[in-house]
Amino acid sequence: MIAYIGRRLLWIIPVLFTVSVITFFLMHSVPGGPWDREKHLPQGTQDRLNAQYGLDQPIYVQYARWAGAFIQGDLGPSYRFQDRTVNDIVADGIWTTVQLGVMAFLLAVAVGIPLGIFAALGHNKAPDYIATSISIIGIATPVFVLGILMTVFFAVQLGWFPTGGWKGPQYWVLPTIALAGFPIAIIARYTRASMLEVTRKDYIRTAQSKGLRDQAVVSRHMIRNALIPVVTILGPTLAFLVTGSFIIERIFGIPGVGQYYITAIGTRDYSLLMAMTMLYAFAVAFLNVVVDVLYAYIDPRIRYS
Amino acid sequence: MATNTTVVPARLAKPKAAAGPWREAFGRLVRNKLAVLGLILVSLLLFCGIFGPLIAPWPYQDQDLQAIFANGNRPLPPLSPNHILGTDQLGRDLLSRLLDGARISVTVAFVVQFVIIFIGVPVGAFSGWFGGRTDNFMMRLTDVFYAFPDLLFIILLSVAFRETVFGQALDGLLLVFVAIGLVGWVTVARLTRGQMLALKETEFVEAAKAIGVSDRKIVMRHLLPNGMGPIIVAITLGVPVAILAEATLAYIGIGVQPPRASWGSLIAEGQKYIRSEPHLVIFPAIFIALALIGFTFLGDGLRDALDPKLKGKQ
Repeated sequence: MIAYIGRRLLWIIPVLFTVSVITFFLMHSVPGGPWDREKHLPQGTQDRLNAQYGLDQPIYVQYARWAGAFIQGDLGPSYRFQDRTVNDIVADGIWTTVQLGVMAFLLAVAVGIPLGIFAALGHNKAPDYIATSISIIGIATPVFVLGILMTVFFAVQLGWFPTGGWKGPQYWVLPTIALAGFPIAIIARYTRASMLEVTRKDYIRTAQSKGLRDQAVVSRHMIRNALIPVVTILGPTLAFLVTGSFIIERIFGIPGVGQYYITAIGTRDYSLLMAMTMLYAFAVAFLNVVVDVLYAYIDPRIRYS
Repeated sequence: MATNTTVVPARLAKPKAAAGPWREAFGRLVRNKLAVLGLILVSLLLFCGIFGPLIAPWPYQDQDLQAIFANGNRPLPPLSPNHILGTDQLGRDLLSRLLDGARISVTVAFVVQFVIIFIGVPVGAFSGWFGGRTDNFMMRLTDVFYAFPDLLFIILLSVAFRETVFGQALDGLLLVFVAIGLVGWVTVARLTRGQMLALKETEFVEAAKAIGVSDRKIVMRHLLPNGMGPIIVAITLGVPVAILAEATLAYIGIGVQPPRASWGSLIAEGQKYIRSEPHLVIFPAIFIALALIGFTFLGDGLRDALDPKLKGKQ
């Protein structure tokens, strides 16, 4: 098991390498450069800036330099925010983004799984229709629509919550719910399907026929087995939430790192863009390993070697 | 399942059914109410996408300046004369713009899935059939693509090639579609591989091998058709993902270029007027919702209809 985990973690390195190469070369093939601003800089100044930042070097030299610095934990200077390094920018916003993502994740799990169980236990009856309708709304409403509607209704009309910012718990409510809407639906659907699958299994019939109370059958046999496949989608869900929060960050004016991704592409802020890509790629790759390991842990039928 | 209600007639109908498995599956599909609803919504969307410009009351870019002026230079509300869903701030008919948006969404649905099939199925089939080192390499490749932050990669691709001929094709849409497809094929590749691995061990494949059928023919004639069910389901359920991705990109301003508008960019525009003119956001949101629901129900229905584990049990 340890060897397996080690191997999987080591495998993240070539993945990150490939992602970095593709992104780096793609990024530099985007026309324009970090010095194209509203105010046009004279050619001489641009040349000097390029020389200062090493942007006049051949692309593979630039990549080698970037990679060398990256390995040592130096993400480079930001071209847009010249008084700050990318390390500063990331350090400032990362915890906000992670906090938002994790809160939305916990909410999605806390609502989605019970909703799915509830639907399956009342299969083809009222609870099923109610739960299924809720998850259909979650699937059919893009995160930006949910964000806009919630702002208008709960913040502007009712005034219950602030429209934007990130200064305390009351600021967290709307963005967290808006971000969790879609994953709630996905987790509920998955849990429901998995529960219905388990219901048909022989060991459930055995448990029932040996006279176990319904409640015990459900909690000890059905739910525990039904949740095993649900774990597989939790990794991608957490990754989706941590990396997919940039739209919510924009709508609610949250000072996380997600917002920088789009602006970094727009302003050709190469080092910031690379840092964001690597961060996200690492999050996705790492969470996948975590889920696979967790999967083996909760399902004794799976053995990795 | 909704099909439960029709169990008996289905069983009774069975004896005469020398019908192929596909027809059987279709029969199961149309007995599923949600799947039929999905099918109807998808057909409506396809109809709007194909014939939208013909049934639209106005060309999508036409401005009704007089009507806007009479309304104090503000968007017309729904149920105005000549503009059943109202207009935007420039006096453009909202229904006509939504119908043009349907065309964009339909194109997304097809082009993206085409890209996904075109890459995903061959890679998966190749990987599963040859196994060993090829398989290992291919699967590691999918690992890399899996770890790519997908929406962000699409944005980068779209911006990188925006100025090229390719980036300008189809009002800037082709590039977005291909980018969405490029990050989406991994799931289908893995699925196809799984199907290949399972089918490779079956007796009919062994028999085909024994009588000397070529590898290519075995894959094309036996493996792919037999493994097609789950792939079709995955592709159908991939459509709402693609439509959602396109709408999200359009919302942040990437993809289709004005004066055309996708549902996502309509929402982005309407957001500015949401407090006084909520219909500018609500109607596009409803269109998106119906499209997503339609494909999701249809995909779910197809899965139930094609799932061999359920066959005969219903």
